[in-house]
Amino acid sequence: MFLSDGTTRPHYLSYDHWLGEQPPERLAQKRAEADALFHRVGITFAVYGQEEGAERLIPFDIVPRVLPLEEWIRLEAGLKQRVRALNAFIHDIYHDQQILKAGVIPPESVLCNSQYRPEMQGVDVPGGIYAHIAGIDIVRDDAGEFRVLEDNLRVPSGVSYMLENRKMMMRLFPELFSSNRVAPVEHYPDVLLDNLRSVAPTGVADPTVVLMTAGAHNSAYFEHAFLAQQMGIELVEGQDMFVRDEAVFMRTTQGPQRVDVIYRRIDDDFLDPLVFRPDSMLGVPGLLTAYRAGRITIANAIGTGVADDKSIYPYVPEMIRFYLGQAPIIGNVHTWMLRKKDDLAYVLAHLPELVVKEVHGAGGYGMLIGPASTKAEIEAFRRQIIATPERYIAQPTLALSTSPTFAAEGLAPRHIDLRPFVLSGRDVTIVPGGLTRVALREGSLVVNSSQGGGTKDTWVLEA
Amino acid sequence: MLSRTADHLYWMSRYIERAESLARLVDAHYRMSLLPHDDAALALSLKSTMKALHMEDAYQEKHATIEPRAVFDFVSLDREYSGSIFSCLRAARENARAVRGSLTSELWETLNSTWLDARSLVSRRAPHADIGTFVEWVKERSHLTRGVTVGTMLRDEAFHFTRIGTFLERADSTARILTAHQTDLKPGADAGSVPDPFEWSVLLRALSAFEVYRRVYRDVITPVKVAQLLILRDDMPRSLLRCCKEVYSNLRSVANEHSAETERRAGEMHAMLHFTRMENILEFGLPEFLGQFLAKVRDLGDRVAYDFLVPPAEA
Repeated sequence: MFLSDGTTRPHYLSYDHWLGEQPPERLAQKRAEADALFHRVGITFAVYGQEEGAERLIPFDIVPRVLPLEEWIRLEAGLKQRVRALNAFIHDIYHDQQILKAGVIPPESVLCNSQYRPEMQGVDVPGGIYAHIAGIDIVRDDAGEFRVLEDNLRVPSGVSYMLENRKMMMRLFPELFSSNRVAPVEHYPDVLLDNLRSVAPTGVADPTVVLMTAGAHNSAYFEHAFLAQQMGIELVEGQDMFVRDEAVFMRTTQGPQRVDVIYRRIDDDFLDPLVFRPDSMLGVPGLLTAYRAGRITIANAIGTGVADDKSIYPYVPEMIRFYLGQAPIIGNVHTWMLRKKDDLAYVLAHLPELVVKEVHGAGGYGMLIGPASTKAEIEAFRRQIIATPERYIAQPTLALSTSPTFAAEGLAPRHIDLRPFVLSGRDVTIVPGGLTRVALREGSLVVNSSQGGGTKDTWVLEA
Repeated sequence: MLSRTADHLYWMSRYIERAESLARLVDAHYRMSLLPHDDAALALSLKSTMKALHMEDAYQEKHATIEPRAVFDFVSLDREYSGSIFSCLRAARENARAVRGSLTSELWETLNSTWLDARSLVSRRAPHADIGTFVEWVKERSHLTRGVTVGTMLRDEAFHFTRIGTFLERADSTARILTAHQTDLKPGADAGSVPDPFEWSVLLRALSAFEVYRRVYRDVITPVKVAQLLILRDDMPRSLLRCCKEVYSNLRSVANEHSAETERRAGEMHAMLHFTRMENILEFGLPEFLGQFLAKVRDLGDRVAYDFLVPPAEA
């Protein structure tokens, strides 16, 4: 929000002026109102491993994060380019594997990856699209440049908070929206549904789309129910569907009804107990057979995890060059791959200043943040790294950009990131902005909701 | 719509209706306990009511004697007993949460805040706090829920299954309340022979029928007229006839290819109540009549589950 000399960045001027005029009591009262509303509406997430109070709110910060239009336009172009390349990569991996043959990516890091699904080899999916919904985590480095921190291509979540945060801001501070031209995001569910319909199996004129959830106890259940309702589609669980003659049906009060597109929000492992985890109660037996026969579209496709794995991430800029013949518009964060000898040596020598992540980890678990860890923690992690270096990557501790956020002591800077949602179907579309996550603890770099992160409304300001 | 969704909607509305019925019963007895009354008569009424609702055993596991305060607390607020009002509100909300996408946001928010408020009411309440306020509040929330349902839901299958749940539960509840008072409704029992007038007002108040009775009959309370009102009056919202009529018409709206027999049975129940006369019921025997009616309600519930909610295994 502010430049290093303390003056306000131009796109924050109008908001900053407004904020200066607000009496602190009004803001405090609005924050309490927001909390009460989120509770009543039941915008909660379930926290694993906690019995009592298992549903919690994700803290919402009333100070928006503002992006000027020209920055967004560039970011949008970079995101579209990246997701196109990632989809091309997944298609290639499950077909000719040209990128491996060309020696751009070492074959073992793909073929020996637990996220690689041999069942998908040679399977054609509609439009060649695998990652229909991608959540790309973006941070700003010390030079102010956007960089991709992580690609989420399996079942990225958070978009409901993007929508609810906007609704909440408009409810709490309607005056802000008449004095600022904030690009709308409310049409996301329409775009998503249109996108899902566009990838239905060929020959289906009026496809039936459903959203598949693991059920009311899943941490992201609110989002599943919310999106299904907003799109006007059925929210199904595995037990609601069955496969007959390689076609998928759902059990309805009027008998079986054919399903054409499944927007699934459960992991590959649980989709079909006949192929993946046999103990899964969440899946549909025979689903993969129907899928391989081209009778059903699953979004995201099975096997996309091979492209968002942290061991593949360092190669994404190369993919963009390889498949699109373009220079990447947004770069990666520099990454050391610890399976490489030189990288390992460097990282072991610099642990206190680096972030080390597990290759297959997600959600901020299983990572070491050097500057925020004790000597003992670092040494314990060092032993784990030496035992299985191929399981880790390391990145510099980014001076993640900060944004003013309400904290106990008043407005204070807190670290943020941004997750725009990129939709691929007939076309690639992004609603302006995304979900801004904020680390609420002072100095913390972890923005994950499972680890005490909060969210903000994100504004793309049109002039 | 999904069978599982219909199942959740059906149970959501059954639990809300059950919470309201229980609240009415507690309310009626609670009022009487505040007036000068015969302790034995109150205890007897509570005992027969709990018996008709199959609550007696669960209660006796916790309490040795029937003591009005203990009964009110047990029926209203017990967190462990799955049949308490508190548990019904939780079950209604859990069912709603499982299908919140199929509810209007207004309906979901109503059920969710009912549950959140109930939880905080129960957790911060002093022992023996005002039970009257609590049951009054439960009735209001149930009225609100019903109003929001009727006022915001599309008249589609979701709505009809919600209504089927409501009216099956209500038919069951009215029949049970009548069962609890059947000795007073015996043929031959007359206004003059009624042991205690509060028995009647408990019964009528518990069914929102006290004022209605006065309005309809403009007469002293007689057992036959009470039974007539609560069983055979088409315009009495909680009467057996009214409930059966609603169940039947909502079932017709959701009919599918294997529900014909269920529909026929619902129609038969409705026709029987519509064309029968009080004298026939009294000749047959009121307890026998109520027992048979409850069995039919149960059968209908099972059949609805079989036809719509838990479909037969796919061939």
